[in-house]
Amino acid sequence: MKKKTGVFVCHCGINIAGTVDVKKVAEELAKHPGVDLSEDYVYMCSDPGQNMVIEAIKEKKLDNVVVACCSPTLHETTFRNAAKAAGINNFQCEIANIREQCSWVHKDMSKATLKATKITKSAVEKVRQNESLEPISIPVTRRALVIGGGIAGIQAALDIANTGYEVILVERNPSVGGHMIQLSETFPTLDCSQCILSPKMVEVSKHPKIKLMTYSEVQEISGYVGNFKAKILQKPSYVDPDKCTLCDECTKVCPVVMTDEFDLGLTGRKAIYIPFPQAIPATYTLDIRGCPGLVPIACGKCADVCEPEAIDYDMKAEIIEEEVGSIIVATGYDLYEKENLSEYGYGKYADVLDGLQFERLLSASGPTQGKILRPSDHKEPKEVVFIQCAGSRDPELHCAYCSKICCMYTAKHAMLYKHHVHDGQAYIFYIDIRSGGKGYEEFVQRTVEEDGVVYLRGKVSKIFEDKGKIKVWGVDTLLGKNIEIDADMVVLATAMRPSEGASELAKKLKIAMDKDGFLAEAHPKLRPVESVTSGLFLAGAAQAPKDIPEAVAQASGAAAKAITILSQERLFHSPTVAKVTLNLCTGCGMCVDVCPYDALSLKDGKVEVNEVLCEGCGTCQATCLRAAINVKNTTPSQVHEMIRASLGG
Amino acid sequence: MAENFEPRIIAFLCKWCSSAGSDLAGVSRMQYPPNVIPITVMCSGSISPLYIFDAFNKGADGVLVSGCHPGDCHYIKGNYYARRRIALVKKLLEFIGLEPERFQMSWVSAAEGTKYTQIISDFVDALIPLGPQTKLRRNL
Ligand SMILES: Cc1cc2nc3c(=O)[nH]c(=O)nc-3n(C[C@H](O)[C@H](O)[C@H](O)COP(=O)(O)OP(=O)(O)OC[C@H]3O[C@@H](n4cnc5c(N)ncnc54)[C@H](O)[C@@H]3O)c2cc1C
Ligand code: SF4
Ligand code: SF4
Ligand code: FES
Repeated sequence: MKKKTGVFVCHCGINIAGTVDVKKVAEELAKHPGVDLSEDYVYMCSDPGQNMVIEAIKEKKLDNVVVACCSPTLHETTFRNAAKAAGINNFQCEIANIREQCSWVHKDMSKATLKATKITKSAVEKVRQNESLEPISIPVTRRALVIGGGIAGIQAALDIANTGYEVILVERNPSVGGHMIQLSETFPTLDCSQCILSPKMVEVSKHPKIKLMTYSEVQEISGYVGNFKAKILQKPSYVDPDKCTLCDECTKVCPVVMTDEFDLGLTGRKAIYIPFPQAIPATYTLDIRGCPGLVPIACGKCADVCEPEAIDYDMKAEIIEEEVGSIIVATGYDLYEKENLSEYGYGKYADVLDGLQFERLLSASGPTQGKILRPSDHKEPKEVVFIQCAGSRDPELHCAYCSKICCMYTAKHAMLYKHHVHDGQAYIFYIDIRSGGKGYEEFVQRTVEEDGVVYLRGKVSKIFEDKGKIKVWGVDTLLGKNIEIDADMVVLATAMRPSEGASELAKKLKIAMDKDGFLAEAHPKLRPVESVTSGLFLAGAAQAPKDIPEAVAQASGAAAKAITILSQERLFHSPTVAKVTLNLCTGCGMCVDVCPYDALSLKDGKVEVNEVLCEGCGTCQATCLRAAINVKNTTPSQVHEMIRASLGG
Repeated sequence: MAENFEPRIIAFLCKWCSSAGSDLAGVSRMQYPPNVIPITVMCSGSISPLYIFDAFNKGADGVLVSGCHPGDCHYIKGNYYARRRIALVKKLLEFIGLEPERFQMSWVSAAEGTKYTQIISDFVDALIPLGPQTKLRRNL
C-alpha cells in the first residue's frame, strides 16, 4: 500500500518566513511524490499548530509527517509526541531544519527557499522508510558501585546508601580516606582534616547498606546501564580483621622496614602495619612486597606474637563478582612525579618537599608530631620558600593546565608555618593568585596582613644546596629585580595528576579521558558529573583538580544521578540500534572489531546485536562491505534517497 | 560560466558535534553561501564511502564530511575510524582523477559555529573555479 506523507512548514513568525518563502516550500512539497498534504502555519509548535498536525494525521489517515521548522534538538520531541497522540508511531515524524540550517544563515530569498525545499524533501525521503519502533525496556539492578574511597567516594556512597540503596565501595589501599586524611588543617576555615573526615569513614564502615571492600581493585566491568557486572579482586591482607585487637605487638617484632606511603616517605613503617591510627577498617595489613616469605621458616615472627591468632599466611586473593545498576568513579589524584621536577631539586635535596609532605609535617599525627622540622637535620627552618605552579601551567615542559587548588593550599601552608614558627619568614613565588571561592580571597589576604607572608611574583630560575642552605634564585617580575633567598626549606606546590592507574581503569570502564588524562565528563557545562557511557558517573579529583568542597558537591551530584537510575524498576533505551540482515552477513566479523560498545558478537557464523549495549552510532554500518548491518532508521537506502533529494533529483 | 555557477555541496555532519556546531552558526546568525545541504548522521564513523561516491554520482560538486574533534567523538572512537576511512576515500578519488578540492573532511565542535561558516565559505570559493563536477556524475 502506498504510504501517505504530510508536510507542515513553519513560519516561526518571521524567523523562517523572513528569508524563506514558506508558501512556495509547501507548494513544492505538495508536488513531491507520496506527499498527500502540505501546509504552512505561523507557529507549528504552538498548541493550534500541533493540533493541526494531529487532526491532519487522523483525518487524512497519514502514515507519516515531516515538520519543517527549527533544529530537531528543540522540537523533535514535541512533534513526535504529537504524532503519537494522533495514533502513529513517534518515529513516523521527522524534522526538516530550515531555520538554523537555512533561514538564519542566508539572506537571498530565492536561494534560501530552494534550499529549504531540498532539506524538506530529504526529510520526507527519510521518514518514508522509517520503521515504527518502541523503546527497548530493561530491568535495573538497584545497587551501586563506587570506585575510590577518598572524600568524594565516601560522600557518594553515603548519599546513595542513605537513600536506601545498597552500595559497594571499593578502595585499593588498606584504608579509606584518600588524600584528605593525610591533610593537616583545611582552607579556608582551618578545620582539622582528620577530625571532619574520620566520622564519615566510621559511618561508611558501619552503614548497613554499604559493603566496604578495601585493599581491592576492580578487574573487569561488563554489562550496561542498569545491569553492570563487576569483578573485584580482593588482595589478601594476611590479617583477619575480626580477630585483630590492634595490640601492635606484630610491628614490634617485624624486622622489615619499608617506606611509609602515608607519610610520603618522611618515615618508615614495618612490613606489617596499620596505615594510620584511625584507619578504616581498623586492622593491620601484611605488605607482601616486604615480607621475606609467608612461611614460618622464612620469618614468622608476627604470627608468633599475635595472641588472638589473627595472622593467616594462607589467606588468598579472592575475586568477588557483584551486580550493580550504576557506577561512580572517584579515583582521585596523585601528585606530579618527582622525577619530572628535578629542576627544583625535588627528589634530590631532602629539604625540598612537596605539598603533601608538608601537610604531614604540619599534622599533629605526622612524623614530627606537628613540629616543623627539616628532614635533613631536624632543625626548625627559619626561612621557607613556597613555589606555586610547580609543574602546572607549563605546556612546554610539564602540565598545561592549572591545578587549581595550589594557590589556596600554599597560602594555607605559609599561614600554618607562621602559626608554628613565629619568628620564621615565608616567601611564596607565584604566577597569579587564583582565589575564587567562598572566603578564599579573604583567606589569602590574611596570610599577607596577619602573617607577613611575602608574595613574590615571578619564576624561580635556580635551586641548589650550599652549606646547609637551599639557595633559591628567582626574579620578581613586578619589581624587575633579581631575588636570592638562602632558604632552610623549599615546598613545591606540585601539579595534580590523575591517580596512578586511572587510564587502565578508564579503558576497563570504557570512559573517555581528556587530553590531560583526567576522566572526561559528557558535557563540560551541562553534564559535568556524567561520563559518556550511560550509568557511569564521575566524582572528585578524578575528573579535574578540585578542592574538598567541590569534590563533595560533585560526589553528591553523581550520587543523585546514580539514584535516578536505581530508583527505577526498568530503563528505556533508544530503539534505533543496529540490525543484521542475516542472509547478507558472511560472518567476517569486521563490524565486531570496530563497535565501540562491544555490542556485537558472532554466533553460528553470523553477527548478533546486543540491543541494550548498542548506542546506534553506525560505525558497524560503514564498516560492513555487504550492507548486512544497518542502524534502524538511518539505513543506506534512506541516506541514498536523502542525497538524491538534497541534490534536487 | 564560472560566474553564475552555483556548486552543490552535500555536508555529512555528525549529530553531536558538527551538526550542533552548524546549528550554532544559525543561532548566531552567521552568514555563509546557501550551496550546502546538510545530512545529519549519528557519527562521522557511520559515513560509508558509498555515501560519498553516491553523492558525486548524483551530481554533487563537492562533499564535506565533518565530525567531532579527534578524542571528542560522542561514541568514543567513531571519528578515528572515519579519519582512516576518509583518507583512503580521498586517495581513491584522487586516483580516479577527481580534483582533491572537491572532497573535504573537517572537525567542527558544537561550539565552533564560526569555523563551520568559514569552512563552507572557503569550500564554495574553492569549487567555483572548478566548475561542475562531471567526472563521476551519472546521467540519471
Ligand atoms: C598539599 C595539598 C593540600 C590540600 N589542602 C586542601 C585544603 O586545605 N582544603 C581543601 O578543600 N582541599 C585541599 N586539598 C585537596 C584535596 O586533597 C582534594 O580535594 C581531595 O582529596 C579530593 O578527594 P577525592 O576523593 O576526589 O580524591 P582522593 O583523595 O585522591 O581519593 C581517591 C581515592 O581513590 C583510591 N583509588 C584510586 N584509584 C583506585 C582504583 N583504581 N581502585 C580503587 N581505589 C582507587 C585512592 O586510593 C584514594 O583513596 C589539598 C591537596 C593537596 C595536594
Ligand atoms: S561486517 Fe557485515 S558481513 Fe561481516 S560480520 Fe559484520 S554484518 Fe556480517
Ligand atoms: S551501531 Fe555502533 S554501537 Fe551499535 S552495533 Fe553498530 S558499531 Fe556497535
Ligand atoms: S559523534 Fe561526532 S564524530 Fe562521532
